[in-house]
Amino acid sequence: MSTQAVSRRHFLKVTSIAGSSMLLGFHLSGGARAAGIGDAVFAPNAYLSIDSAGLITLMSPNPEIGQGIKTALPMILAEELSVGWDKIVVDMAPLDPSKYGSQSAGGSGAIRGRFTDIRKAGATARVMLINAAAQNWNVPVTECIAEDGAVLHKTSGKKASYGELSAKAASMPVPAEVTLKDPKDFKIIGTRVRNIDNKKIITGKPLYGIDTRREGMLYAMVVRPPAFGKVLKSFDDTETRKVTGVKNVVRVKNVVAVLADCTWAAKKGKEALKAVWEDAGKLESTTEHEVNYKDLMKKRTEKPVRNDGNVDEAMAAAANVLEAVYEVPALSHSPMEPTNFFAHVSGGKAELFGPTQVPGNMRGEVARELGIPQENVTLAMPRQGGGFGRKLRPDNGVEAALISAAAKAPVQMLWTREDDIQGDFYRPSGMFSYRAAIGPDNQLAAWHITSAALNSGRSSVANGFPAAAIPNFRADNHNLQSNIATGPWRAPTSNAVAFADESFMDEIARAMKKDPVQLRLELLDKAKSSPVGQPGYDADKLKGVISLVAEMSSWGKSPKGVFQGFAAHFSFSTYVAQVAEVKLFNGKPRVTKVYCAVNCGRVVNLSGAEGQIEGAIIDGLSHALHSEITFDKGATEQTNFHNYKFARMNETPFEIVVKFMQTDNPPTGLGEPGLPPIAPAVANAIFAATGNRIRKMPFNV
Amino acid sequence: MAKFNLSVNNKAMSVDVDADTPLLWVLRDHLNLVGTKFGCGLAQCGACTVHLNGTATRSCLLPVSQVGANKVTTIEGLSEKGDHPVQLAWDEVDVAQCGYCQSGQIMQAAALLKRNPSPTDADIDAAMTNICRCGTHFRMRKAIHLAAKKGVKR
Repeated sequence: MSTQAVSRRHFLKVTSIAGSSMLLGFHLSGGARAAGIGDAVFAPNAYLSIDSAGLITLMSPNPEIGQGIKTALPMILAEELSVGWDKIVVDMAPLDPSKYGSQSAGGSGAIRGRFTDIRKAGATARVMLINAAAQNWNVPVTECIAEDGAVLHKTSGKKASYGELSAKAASMPVPAEVTLKDPKDFKIIGTRVRNIDNKKIITGKPLYGIDTRREGMLYAMVVRPPAFGKVLKSFDDTETRKVTGVKNVVRVKNVVAVLADCTWAAKKGKEALKAVWEDAGKLESTTEHEVNYKDLMKKRTEKPVRNDGNVDEAMAAAANVLEAVYEVPALSHSPMEPTNFFAHVSGGKAELFGPTQVPGNMRGEVARELGIPQENVTLAMPRQGGGFGRKLRPDNGVEAALISAAAKAPVQMLWTREDDIQGDFYRPSGMFSYRAAIGPDNQLAAWHITSAALNSGRSSVANGFPAAAIPNFRADNHNLQSNIATGPWRAPTSNAVAFADESFMDEIARAMKKDPVQLRLELLDKAKSSPVGQPGYDADKLKGVISLVAEMSSWGKSPKGVFQGFAAHFSFSTYVAQVAEVKLFNGKPRVTKVYCAVNCGRVVNLSGAEGQIEGAIIDGLSHALHSEITFDKGATEQTNFHNYKFARMNETPFEIVVKFMQTDNPPTGLGEPGLPPIAPAVANAIFAATGNRIRKMPFNV
Repeated sequence: MAKFNLSVNNKAMSVDVDADTPLLWVLRDHLNLVGTKFGCGLAQCGACTVHLNGTATRSCLLPVSQVGANKVTTIEGLSEKGDHPVQLAWDEVDVAQCGYCQSGQIMQAAALLKRNPSPTDADIDAAMTNICRCGTHFRMRKAIHLAAKKGVKR
């Protein structure tokens, strides 16, 4: 058993307990949270409440974007509260950083950040319920246990449900410390629980921002700049206003919004609008970026992000020097739910509802843009149709709020897919140039990576594997400044550099005539026994997943006609190793099976965790095969899914086998780390199958 | 504007809209059936998939004027209690992540099983052309096989 000291101060800090009500004691009925639930609500903290009817409500603070947080958090709470997870109703908490701290969804951090807080919240409530029962029955606390939503007195057989005890529990003092369950006794954490919203999803219930309908609401579509570097000069809405159903046209900065009584009228109005754009900056093209990248590849930085030993001397003394250049394109996020938001700005107040990964930032930005206090902005979040990083910027909510303010009406703003692909901020394109020295002893003596990416201060991971495993190691990271918007995309930096690093490592293994898995294990032994500088990873944990996936996939012993490729990568504190199997169908490679070993600490929901990995594998494969954004004079050359492509069912693996390392370590990130290794694993398998070394994404094979 | 009489989920419905309004927006904005989703507006992604006389059809490019007497079925009308074998399989296999594209995927899969009650992997490859950004394809394939095993009435 682990006893967690909860001094009042610590408890307040760690669990971000509801400020005022907690300080005053317990939150009895009458508060906003209690409204309509029951007459006496036991709400020991901001995360949970139990009413007299026994309804247990968990306020889920982080946005649900498909990562499964809304299903995993009640599992954690249920475990410590000793109640079935399906007895807990989950509500999305409104934005309230005073109660919940940061409520963003990004950096694979929601479970990592909430695991202990929610456990403590559940354990505290459990203790208080037990104390309440013991006092009611006038028996020692030690004779009472909590089980399945009730407190039992072992000797007398007395039993009281949590609902019956809620009013009394609300009057009990906060325990000075709570004892968390021993993980050995976990009954819920680590099991397989289905998505909490499955029933609503499969029956098409309104769940998403785009489904918002309010009295008097207008549907808005927007006319946006056609290219980076262009701004709105003027517009003529004469034809737009003739469209039946169009109610208003407003300009907001460089955007013209057409408001109508239905989406189709707004779209027709948008198409009829004549906008005049003028140049306000450079109109950049991908072809220029490529020329600039090639120049940068020849240059060294004044301050390399890592510089162990002397790569030049090692290259001069080498028996063999390998060189290769890898390239990745810009990518759009393109979540399936196009950019949208509901806003109603009226009387100096703003009500916002819609998809965002950064509710805190959005509220601040909306308040600033409207010139009203933050307290006057309320923001709530529905389930979200994917994120992948797109909703890390608050632009959608801000735009909707400004349109609502200008039009003086509640507004549901919706972008077309074209708006979405052309008006995104993109995974930066990048280039990676490598040199590696193989010594006369057939050992890897030097590794020099020179990389560059658009608007990126971090084009490669300085301290990732194989740093610390090689005596001479240098990394030069260049930044190519651009007025094209770029930003985080699922597994930033890792999603590009892992392809380059792990493919080049495969090239090195082939040149050394060593097995690619064996080479990595040897290097990791060196990183462990005699590290050169500091490794930014745990060599044992990386070895652990590599060995496990080799075993799972019978690495090196695949049947005739099945070609294997290997890759591993560490990101968001999680270790992932993958083996991709490729077969040739009429000479065309198809990934038929993927094995994946993961060390992400303790797994909360096995079904959700496996799903995140399976999804990351298919997402990474899909982009590696097809996706590419290119720019011509500031405008994307891709506009919709006919030319910004994804893999369909017929290019996805028939089987994906995922195993998690059994560990008592707390959970680490899971939404992103499954993605980076798949592109190099597949590229390496395609090399094994065809002898074709792929050094550029998308593969177009 | 013109009046159109439609059969949606076995109910007679009437709307007064522009003749070129795609069925998708008639369903979402005029009939308040929002389970059918907007994804691309170009019949590429399939988030807007409905059944037209039992055949999977992308509703985002289909003008309401062309629907005529064809019976429209949306996710809301696929079954009365949400217990169509494909829906049950989708829950059992725990397919959805963000869930946004899944109503379209379910409609696509239900139409496949209606014409081919025991599809092979190759049949599934050919029929399931909708986009899913979360990458739930592996579980969708499993769920289709499961629904086929449990049986779908033709």
